[in-house]
Amino acid sequence: MSKQPAAVIGVGQTHHRAKREDVSMAGLCREAIDRALEDAGLTLDEIDAIVVGKAPDLFEGVMMPELFLAEALGAAGKPLLRVHTAGSVGGSTAIVAASLVQAGVHRTVLTVAYEKQSESNAMWALSVPVPFNMPVHAGAGGYFAPHVRSYIRRSEAPTHIGAIVAAKDRTNALRNPYAHLRETKTVDDVLASQMLWDPIRYEETCPSSDGACALVIAAEDVARRSPDPAWIHGTVMRSEATTAAERDQVNPQASRDAAAALWRQAGITSPIDEIDAAEIYVPFSWFEPMWLESLGFAEEGAGWRLTESGATAIDGRLPVNASGGVLSSNPIGASGMLRFGEAALQVRGRAGEHQIDGARKALGHAYGGGSQFFAMWVVGSEPPTS
Amino acid sequence: MSRTLQAPVTVAFDYTRSTGPVLGRFLTGLRDGVVVAGRTSDGEIVVPPPEYDPVTHAQLDDFVEVAAEGSVVSWTWVPEPVKGQPLDRPFAFALVLLDGATRTLLHALDVPTPDAVSTGMRVRVRWAGERVGAITDIACFEPADGSAAGAGGAGGAGGTEPLAVPDPVTGVITPVSLDYVYAASPEESAFYRGLAEGRIVGQRCPSCGKVYVPPRAACPTDGTPTTDEVEVSHSGTVTTFCIVNVPFLGQRITPPYVSAYVLLDGADIAVLHLILDIPADQVRMGMRVKAVWKPREEWGTTIENISHFAPTGEPDADFDSYRHHL
Repeated sequence: MSKQPAAVIGVGQTHHRAKREDVSMAGLCREAIDRALEDAGLTLDEIDAIVVGKAPDLFEGVMMPELFLAEALGAAGKPLLRVHTAGSVGGSTAIVAASLVQAGVHRTVLTVAYEKQSESNAMWALSVPVPFNMPVHAGAGGYFAPHVRSYIRRSEAPTHIGAIVAAKDRTNALRNPYAHLRETKTVDDVLASQMLWDPIRYEETCPSSDGACALVIAAEDVARRSPDPAWIHGTVMRSEATTAAERDQVNPQASRDAAAALWRQAGITSPIDEIDAAEIYVPFSWFEPMWLESLGFAEEGAGWRLTESGATAIDGRLPVNASGGVLSSNPIGASGMLRFGEAALQVRGRAGEHQIDGARKALGHAYGGGSQFFAMWVVGSEPPTS
Repeated sequence: MSRTLQAPVTVAFDYTRSTGPVLGRFLTGLRDGVVVAGRTSDGEIVVPPPEYDPVTHAQLDDFVEVAAEGSVVSWTWVPEPVKGQPLDRPFAFALVLLDGATRTLLHALDVPTPDAVSTGMRVRVRWAGERVGAITDIACFEPADGSAAGAGGAGGAGGTEPLAVPDPVTGVITPVSLDYVYAASPEESAFYRGLAEGRIVGQRCPSCGKVYVPPRAACPTDGTPTTDEVEVSHSGTVTTFCIVNVPFLGQRITPPYVSAYVLLDGADIAVLHLILDIPADQVRMGMRVKAVWKPREEWGTTIENISHFAPTGEPDADFDSYRHHL
């Protein structure tokens, strides 16, 4: 039996900041939820089920936070699910919510993802020493930096490509009122910043943010009443082992497989020609060219040429992270859903100052763990034809 | 001898909590010696106030002061208190309906024996000596003997006038400490025991033939347990690496340091270790390195028996010899 059509009819997000000391975790979520519901023209009472996502519990030190949040999220008396797939969780949470509608189980599903990084220290939480092992781990940056070095070596990319991405995304964020870091950056500014985890510089690194994102996903009959639904054309999740002999850490098999399945589902044969805007999970700048290749926007080894040519700029052939992306706002659990939500805003024509003119199909993408969890979707301004 | 090596781990952090305006209002009240409840749209008086109304879902903004005295609605006995509980001697957990409230508050009740607690008994707040704006400002409840509510309390008159709130509480600190025992798998344990003898022992997957160091209970690629023991070389090739320049909480090695993937000769997967005896900016992909062991008397069952890896001085390995390990 084929899937039922489903669409995003509401998108809400918080003003992401280093510290949102004015709100509790529930308050942070409700800020995004209330905006998404207002956008959708629905109330909490009209929602059938709620799906919550956030990254590891150690980040806030609350086990199963969805339980204490249930009443504040309006979930009393309704199905409430929590999804957890590390950094990709915002994306996979949206996909689980979409699946509940596509399967015909619910007609209106609210999904919210959040992180309140200021309540803890993610670098510490990701580096707790494991007995008998070498204590050389140094957070997410320390984990990904060697693989970025591998990419640079394999692709023979010039070393300033990462700085081009960082300067672009930070400058794009000036057009996004919700972004955490909103500052003009030049390639030279980025290159002059401190080397944190060589080869990753300070300005090539995502910030640590408090924030939330919420989406309202509806069945076809509800979506038809919306003036500007973002129709879901394809959703894919894939995972793989973190470590395995000869595992490709630069361009993981699960990522390539997910992308191939996504384009097939969405009926896309040439991603670079058919996708008008891409929101790709880029927490460290070099992941833009890395994922461009893995997603099939460029041949292997040629992703950096696309970045260098300006094709991924907001006025380029394939605008990537017009919102400023993860490099400008990183409430970890919400970062993936922000990518999915920003893709929806683009095809709804609702992205404000960072709107890509005439965007009809957009990609939302997230990854997590040691590049081992992938979640992605394609949304479009028109309903899928098959 | 146990098949698995074990070691204690403590994960502890002082988390901060932004309370938001509603819970902040409640905690501000406790700091000031009064119990603040919330009035919901269905007329319930709830302690602590819920952040959002259960019917309208709007943020609660109707606060009322309730008494610091009330009645036990239900209770359970705690014969052996554990660390972190409100009292260090046997006590009761009680659902207390404070005078003026319609919903109960869960807290500790300080009575010597279960015979001293009963449903319907009158109890009152025992305030903490120093109040800071936290739930622990209520040290516990105690039997009420008819005299005024506990010392230090500013009131509890059951009034409905919201108090002025100078200097409201906006955050609390929540220390969390988790103690557990980490157990390495039997296969990893064999690896660490080998290190205690100065050997680096991996296992070959009988299905795909790959040599895993450390060995795995199951090959990640095909799920087959790695069984055939293989001793690998103490020398290898740096496949890729990162120079850690950033200091962080809980860090065990002082930056800058080179964290590198070392593919030992005879292994099919790299191990993560430290590179020393060469300036960080001269470390290269493909560099040949060898294990530098600590003095034998410092050895244990840990990879830290190897102090670090150092250059062998051999020519760098050809990129094609390790590119499929990146």
